[in-house]
Amino acid sequence: MISRTEQVGNYVVLTLFSLLALAPIAALLLTALRPAESLGVGFTFPHSLHFHNFVDAWHTGEFSSGLRSSAIVTGATVAIATTLSIPAGYALGTMRFRGDTVLFSLFLVGLIMPFEATIIPLYYDLRRVQLTDSYWGVILPSAALSVAFGTFWMRAFFLSTPRSLIEAARIDGATSWRILVSILLPFARPAILTMMVLTFLWTWNDFLLSLVMLSNPAIQTAPLKLALFQGRYTTDVTGLAAGSMIVALPVVAVYLVLQRHFIRGVLSGAVKG
Amino acid sequence: MSQEAEQHALRSRRSHPRSPGEPRLVPYLYLLPALGLYAVFALAPLGHAAWLSFFNWDGVTPATWAGFGNYRAILSDPQIRSAFVHSFVLVIFYCVIPVLVGLLLAGIFSRAGSVRGLSGFRTVLFLPQVIPTVALAVTWRWIFGPDGPFDQILRAVGLGSLARAWLGDFTLALPAVGVVGSWVMYGLCMVLFIAGVQKIPQSLYDAARVDGAGPVREFFAVTLPGLRNELVVAVVLTLISALRSFDLVYVMTKGGPGTSTDVPALEVYTRAFEFGEVGSAAAVATTLALLIFAVAFLVTRLGSRGTT
Repeated sequence: MISRTEQVGNYVVLTLFSLLALAPIAALLLTALRPAESLGVGFTFPHSLHFHNFVDAWHTGEFSSGLRSSAIVTGATVAIATTLSIPAGYALGTMRFRGDTVLFSLFLVGLIMPFEATIIPLYYDLRRVQLTDSYWGVILPSAALSVAFGTFWMRAFFLSTPRSLIEAARIDGATSWRILVSILLPFARPAILTMMVLTFLWTWNDFLLSLVMLSNPAIQTAPLKLALFQGRYTTDVTGLAAGSMIVALPVVAVYLVLQRHFIRGVLSGAVKG
Repeated sequence: MSQEAEQHALRSRRSHPRSPGEPRLVPYLYLLPALGLYAVFALAPLGHAAWLSFFNWDGVTPATWAGFGNYRAILSDPQIRSAFVHSFVLVIFYCVIPVLVGLLLAGIFSRAGSVRGLSGFRTVLFLPQVIPTVALAVTWRWIFGPDGPFDQILRAVGLGSLARAWLGDFTLALPAVGVVGSWVMYGLCMVLFIAGVQKIPQSLYDAARVDGAGPVREFFAVTLPGLRNELVVAVVLTLISALRSFDLVYVMTKGGPGTSTDVPALEVYTRAFEFGEVGSAAAVATTLALLIFAVAFLVTRLGSRGTT
C-alpha cells in the first residue's frame, strides 16, 4: 500500500517547502541581530548578537508610538466588530424575518470588498467631519468591514447550533436576549475567539487605510511607521530588519498562541486580508 | 403536559404575542447596530466612489460632470491599461503557481495516507500569511536589492552573471514582486489541499486502483474532484489578493521602475492623493471593485455547479 519511500518523500517535500517559507524570515532575524556597523547590504552570518539594533530602531522608527497606535486601533476595532457582529449573526442565523436574505447578501458584499475601492470617498467624507488624522478615521472603516465578516461568521455558527436548544428555551419563556446570553454564548466562545483573532490580524496588518488617514506622526500605526522608516533610511539594513521584526512580533506571537483559530478561520474560507 | 409547563407556555405566549418568539421588530434591533456601521462606513463609500467616478474633480474646486469620460479614459489610457495587465500577471504568481504547487503536493500526499506531525509544518507554512505585508515587502526589497541575498545565492551557485538590482529592472521587477506573492500564498494552498485530500474516503482510491487507474488518472478522477471546495477557497483568496495588491507594490517598488510594476490599486492611490485626479481614481477603484466582485462570483459559481 503505502511504501516507506513515499512516506519519507512526503516529509522531504514538506520540509523543503517549510524551509523555503522560513528562510527569508530567518535571514531577516539574523540580520537584525548582526553588528550595526558591519557594512554591505548582503546577508552575513552574525558572529555576535547585537540586540541593541532593536533599541536603535525602536527610537529612530518611533515604534513605541506606532505600536501604541496600532494597539488602540486594533483593540477598538476588534471590540466594536465583535460586539456588533454577535447579535447581527444571531438574528440572521436563528430568526426568520422579512428581508433576511437580502440583508445577508449585503453583508456578503463586505466579505470581498477591498479598502482600495472605498478609500477615496472615505478620505474626503471623513475629512469633512474632521475624522481624518484621528484614531476613529481608521477604527470606524475597519470595524465596518470586520462587521461584515463577523456577521457572516457568527451567522454560520448560530445556524449550526441545534434548533431544539433554542426552541426548548423559548417554550420555557426565555426572551431571545436571554437565549443568546445564557444559552448560546457559552457554546460560541471558540467561534468568537476565531473571529477576534482574524479581525486582530487584518486590522494590525492594514496599511492603506492608515497611510491615507493618518498624517500626524503621533498617531501613525506601526506598519505605516515601518514604511516611512524604509523611505528615510533605505540603506540601513540592520535597522530595517529590526523594525520589521518589531512590527511583526505582536501578530506572530498571537498567531503562535492561537494558531488553531487562525488556520481554522482561513481554511473555512474567510476571504479577506 | 404538566400543569406547571402549561402555565409556563401560556405565560410565554402572553408576553410574546408573536409565536414562536417575539415581536417582529426584534431581529431588526439585533441587526441594526452592525448594519448601520457597515452601511455608513463601507456600503455608502462604495456607492459614493461610483458616483465620484462620473465627475472631473481635483478634490478642492467644484466638480464637473464627466459622464463616462473617466471610464473611456481607462480603456484608452495606456498607463491604466498596463496597470490592469500587470495585475493579471500577478494573478499567475499569486494564484496559478501556488494552486498548482498545492495540487501537485496533494496528488503526492493522496497516495500516502495520513501525515503525522502535519500541524508543525502547518504552523510554518502559514507564517507568511500572518506577517504584516509591509514587513514582508521591506524584507523582500532587501533580498532582491543590488548585491542582496538573492544575488549572493546566484553567485554562490555560479550564476553570478545573472545578478542585478532586480527591482530596478524594467522587465524583471514585476516577476520579482510576483515571486513574493507566490511565496506568501503557496503555504496556504498546500495546507488547504493536504487537509482536503485527507478527507477523501480511501474507498474511492481503492476503487480507482481496482479499475486500473494510474497515479495521473487517479488524480483527475478522485483527488481533483474531491478538492473542489478547497480549490474554490484557494482561488478566491489568492485571486483577490492579486487583483487588489497595494502594500507589497507600494513598499517594494512604488510602481517603478517607470510604470513597470504599476497596479490598479496604486493608480487609485497616486491619482487620488498625489495628483488630485479624484474622479479618474474613483473610476479605477470602481472598475477594480467590479472586477473583484465578478471574479469572486464566477469562481464560487463554477465551483458549486459541479457538486450539485
